Amino acid sequence: MAVAATPRRAPSPPPAAGRAATAHPAEGQVLSGSQLTCAALEAEGVSTVFGYPGGAVIPLYDALPGSSLHHVLVRFEQWAVLAADGYARATGEVGVCMATSGPGATNLVTGLANALLDSVPLVAITGQVPQPMIGRDAFQEVDITGITLPVTKHNYLVQRAEDIAPTIKEAFYLARSGRPGPVLVDIPKNVFLARAPFHYPETVARRGYQPSHIPNQRQVRLAAEAINRAERPLIMAGHGIMLAGATDLFREFVERSGIPVIFTLLGLGAFPESHPLSLGMMGMHGHREANAALERCDLLVNIGARFDDRATGRIDGFAPNAKVVHVDIDPAEIGKNVVTDVPVVGDAGEALRLLIPEVTPRRHEEWVAWIDTQRNRALHAALEDRPQTPEPYAIIRAIAEATDGQAIVTTDVGQHQMWSAQHFGYDHPDRWISSGGLGTMGYGLPAAIGAKIGRPDLEVWAVVGDGGFQMSLNELATAAQEGLDLNVAVINNGYLGMVRQWQDLFHAKNYSEVAISGPDFVKLAEAYGVTGIRVRRDDEILPAIERARSIPGPVVVEFVVEPEANVYPIVPPGASNSEAMHDRWVDEASV
Amino acid sequence: MANTSPSQVTQHLLVVLVEDHPGVLNRVVSLMRRRSFNIDSITVGHSEQPGVSRMTIVVNGADDEVEQVGKQLYKLLEVLKVTDITDQPCVARELALIKVAAKSQTRAEILQIAQIYGARVLDASPNSLLMEATGGEDKIDALLGMLRGFGIRELVRTGRIAMVRGPQTAQTDGTGRRSGRSLERITEGTVAVAE
Repeated sequence: MAVAATPRRAPSPPPAAGRAATAHPAEGQVLSGSQLTCAALEAEGVSTVFGYPGGAVIPLYDALPGSSLHHVLVRFEQWAVLAADGYARATGEVGVCMATSGPGATNLVTGLANALLDSVPLVAITGQVPQPMIGRDAFQEVDITGITLPVTKHNYLVQRAEDIAPTIKEAFYLARSGRPGPVLVDIPKNVFLARAPFHYPETVARRGYQPSHIPNQRQVRLAAEAINRAERPLIMAGHGIMLAGATDLFREFVERSGIPVIFTLLGLGAFPESHPLSLGMMGMHGHREANAALERCDLLVNIGARFDDRATGRIDGFAPNAKVVHVDIDPAEIGKNVVTDVPVVGDAGEALRLLIPEVTPRRHEEWVAWIDTQRNRALHAALEDRPQTPEPYAIIRAIAEATDGQAIVTTDVGQHQMWSAQHFGYDHPDRWISSGGLGTMGYGLPAAIGAKIGRPDLEVWAVVGDGGFQMSLNELATAAQEGLDLNVAVINNGYLGMVRQWQDLFHAKNYSEVAISGPDFVKLAEAYGVTGIRVRRDDEILPAIERARSIPGPVVVEFVVEPEANVYPIVPPGASNSEAMHDRWVDEASV
Repeated sequence: MANTSPSQVTQHLLVVLVEDHPGVLNRVVSLMRRRSFNIDSITVGHSEQPGVSRMTIVVNGADDEVEQVGKQLYKLLEVLKVTDITDQPCVARELALIKVAAKSQTRAEILQIAQIYGARVLDASPNSLLMEATGGEDKIDALLGMLRGFGIRELVRTGRIAMVRGPQTAQTDGTGRRSGRSLERITEGTVAVAE
């Protein structure tokens, strides 16, 4: 497999065919608030917005056709914000969504929380009831700035039409700078209708917002000294490496220092998994050798991850023999969950740039050889067995094989997500798009829609479960309407699988409310005017995948799998990473 | 390497300078609640700079928790400066308005108590006295302890406000250095280095 890391920023997709790019309004030109909103989005280079109209944003939607913006009409506002999230992760640009006041706005909350926890740059624009009605419990009035306070990086209620463009400028700056995150701009209906001269400021200056981009040289030197001294160092790679667009620098750092790499869930893709120094995912469903290395390492170098509890397991058993170097752009992450010996506050790329020349080139042959003995060879051998019923990991591997590991994979949350994380083998950044921090079911399809629109050059597979898919399958209509060439792999086990697995392992097999029926997914696909394929046997997996790839437009492939297949390894809740449970295939000799 | 060790919970006195924007108090309080930080009191008012408000927050927590409070506060756009002045020589005051039941036979005794504590009587009625008292919390507590037996009809306390002694300010001291234990935006150098 090719292991070349590709640059994060893809060229911006051209505007959709037939859509004339309108000239930006001149400074000082008097426009309506709606036109000012569109003009500001255009000035930010936005080409696509995901949204849903409604009463308070009718004026905004009145101005949309006169703009160069391509509006993607979703079927539920929650999927607008998550499609924008998928778009942002696939392109590295700021995702944009819009919704009306009241229920339209509250439906964005889940997606904003999703983006906040995973540091995804988003701008959400909501309509608000007219200013004289605010506070009077008007029709479709909610205090969305109050509601979204804890789930946004910042939010605004715009009071004057002349403030719209500068506010949107600031919102984009906040969304993409420092630790990226979602920003909401709430605009009352009468402000959309009011008129004001267009003014787009060149820069944003806020006294209280000064992200620490460049790390302190002294701290970098201390980190380098710790790295150069360590006998059993280990790198923990997080999402921040990709957010910084620093995958090339990261690879240079890894190869120079000779230090093996483990990944957080969202760190997958920061470095090629096929590389000899790559140990795969850490944590609750991490590979055995990754967690074993954590247990034994004497130095842990965390770059761009926030020590999430699913990655660390029980905190007092986490990396018990290691000093910790933590590189993070958000100073509040330093020491929040794990005591840090050498903090390096700054952008991962800037930190790596400074760190690389300070680090002695080394090979940790003995240490890497020891880690290799920790691989669960019995499991790897067992994964080669192909029983007649499709095995979930075999499906993931088949998608990787068919697409040569080049596809973007989006997921929902649960067992299929962990199988996708464990078995695809991500060699490129920004190809693994999954809801990590919030764990939002239904994310897979809307994220795939956003990713496909953002990166039409890449093949996109949404890997979803039958539970999560039933939360967002209405977006098949959106995919069909947009004519998107994407594929949905439904891993159908007839259960809410991860909850069932926990009930199986930790609650005496008390299967409470996890058996879930579903529609005939093939007929469902056909009802939406797209192709549906059902797979019941192992030998049908690859042909079905190839067929789906050959059909233009959305395709749903349903894989009927063993209902009670579990994800292994699994660290029981509240346990240390070293206490993972393994399947029957555990290699006793290496335990 | 272990988790943040549970150090001792103590009371901390934070001075927070914020941009005077609508909703800023809501943002600060919402953040404290969401992160489960325990606020004892919070006061807000104008500062010497136009457009900048000054909050005094009394918060209970271990040192590392309070450091996390500061870091989280800095993530709010409106927050300009957070200083922990707990260990600084400073003047800390609160104001209390107290309406105490006072009949003709107890009035003289109450006025005597007020005099001892330097409380000023602002209003009187046949059945009550309204007084204002300023001072440290312990002084106000002591005054209230003395008055309780007469019957406190109504009470309002402002919570603590504080200022560091000497020429330095919450912004900087005369040398440009920050006074108090400034909870820095950047934590580098505040943590022990790996050996």
